Amino acid sequence: MGRFLSALAGRFVIAVPYLWLLVFFLAPFLIVFKISLSEPAIAMPPYQPVFDFAQGVKTLIDRIGDLSFANYLWLTGDPLYRNAYLSSIWIAGVSTAITLAVGYPIAYGMARAPASVRPTLLMLVILPFWTSFLIRVYAWIGILKPEGLLNQFLLYLGVIDQPLVILNTTTAIYIGIVYSYLPFMVLPLYAALEKMDNSLIEAARDLGCPPLAAFWKVTFPLSLPGIVAGCMLVFIPAVGEFVIPDLLGGSETLMIGKTLWNEFFNNRDWPVSSAVAVVLLLILVVPIAFFQRSQARAREAEK
Amino acid sequence: MAGSWGRFNIVSLVLGFAFLYLPIVLLVVYSFNESRLVTVWAGFSTKWYVSLFSNRGLMDAAWVTARVAFLSATVATVLGTMAAVALTRYTRFRGRLLFSGMVFAPLVMPEVITGLSLLLLFVAMNFDRGFFTVTIAHITFSMCFVAVVVQSRLVTFDESLEEAALDLGATPARAFFQVTLPVILPAVIAGWMLAFTLSLDDLVIASFTSGPGATTLPMKIYSQVRLGVTPEINAICTILIGIVAIGVIIASIVTKRQEIQRRRDEQAVA
Repeated sequence: MGRFLSALAGRFVIAVPYLWLLVFFLAPFLIVFKISLSEPAIAMPPYQPVFDFAQGVKTLIDRIGDLSFANYLWLTGDPLYRNAYLSSIWIAGVSTAITLAVGYPIAYGMARAPASVRPTLLMLVILPFWTSFLIRVYAWIGILKPEGLLNQFLLYLGVIDQPLVILNTTTAIYIGIVYSYLPFMVLPLYAALEKMDNSLIEAARDLGCPPLAAFWKVTFPLSLPGIVAGCMLVFIPAVGEFVIPDLLGGSETLMIGKTLWNEFFNNRDWPVSSAVAVVLLLILVVPIAFFQRSQARAREAEK
Repeated sequence: MAGSWGRFNIVSLVLGFAFLYLPIVLLVVYSFNESRLVTVWAGFSTKWYVSLFSNRGLMDAAWVTARVAFLSATVATVLGTMAAVALTRYTRFRGRLLFSGMVFAPLVMPEVITGLSLLLLFVAMNFDRGFFTVTIAHITFSMCFVAVVVQSRLVTFDESLEEAALDLGATPARAFFQVTLPVILPAVIAGWMLAFTLSLDDLVIASFTSGPGATTLPMKIYSQVRLGVTPEINAICTILIGIVAIGVIIASIVTKRQEIQRRRDEQAVA
């Protein structure tokens, strides 16, 4: 009886979240894929009420019979989209590298801090993560504006005599991504560095290894799992970032998340925005799978 | 190795934390600015907070957001905890790989994709967009965060305790609620809070899945930011930061106490 109940409970515990994710996470992707294959001409006319909207998509789904790859051809043919994808990957890659360079010394300093201060430092890193993303990005507008606080400060110091134009440039996007995603980089790095056995470094030093070489040959390789996890956590969402390029970036910087948003909300072209999403997903499938494998491995190691 | 906490480490920490906190501090400071110009200091004033409370649209949006966040965090905590239990306890079942993939993928999935795909689902299902569609969307992505937080606690939990309860005749539900849950409770609470703040923060997914009458606070803030930076936005941001900071501080005090209590219990047993 107990065994039977236990098995039943197991089924239930697995089935409920499983079904939820199937319906609300996996099924939507299939719909996106379907709609991305439909004719752009069937796209809903702009200003129709919600009810007709719904009907529009229904007939659209019924007519899946005549699949068309026109949207994808359109995407590959139009340099706008190609550039948006390429520059998203480039910007995300550069920002990830900068975030790593900024985050590593912080994580290292935390891991080397006296054990009694570490929980406080950890909380100080997590706290900004709890405050709204939108708010943290917004805060930079006031700092980076031509008449903003950074320019006022630099003018006051006499470092510059003309205000720097930072807001609405790619530089502002880099700053925004590094700032917003820094906790995602620091936390896995810290986890990897804190676990490290210090006697390894001491052994290297005792054997006459200079500090920098000891870091490079012992600490750095041992922190690689943390580096991989941190970089993935920054890179993947940064590629599809919308808020940061929209609020901090200029019109000349294309990023795919923003393109998708505009295609959907401004042009109301659902098939094309679906196709944009599918291609973005295809680009990210490899890093996402890589991330999941490294996570699974870390979990195995913990057991 | 406290002795090796060199100057380099201290400098990098100070600079790092300055970078993390300075923008937020400046934002808060300028919410008390007398002047309409956000970046020119003209004396202390709380008038933006006063005008905030008479802003009907903002207040409505805040109320919608609070309800969405509360409901979605609660459901997400239940589902996420179940998912965590399923992943740690049952190492072999059909479709486990797909399941774990679906739990971890939303953590890194760009929000524009999640938002667009959920919207298309709701339209295909003929759901009226509004309060409930936003809530469902928030449940879906935040339950995965809850699952990860709870799972990290579950792996260190001694399963034999629950097995003992089962052997002594407890039903699986009772064994879970009386033995396992009390132990993993801090993680479950942390998961709830994380889900709550994620919902409170979300702009992109809410913009896709929301409908008329269900404008959330981030959507409202975003549309105002697009029109220009005003001290009023600074004020509402400051209030949100304050709420979150108080919540996090209370939570950390509670978990610290529980930790001390747990250690004491363990020592008493040993």
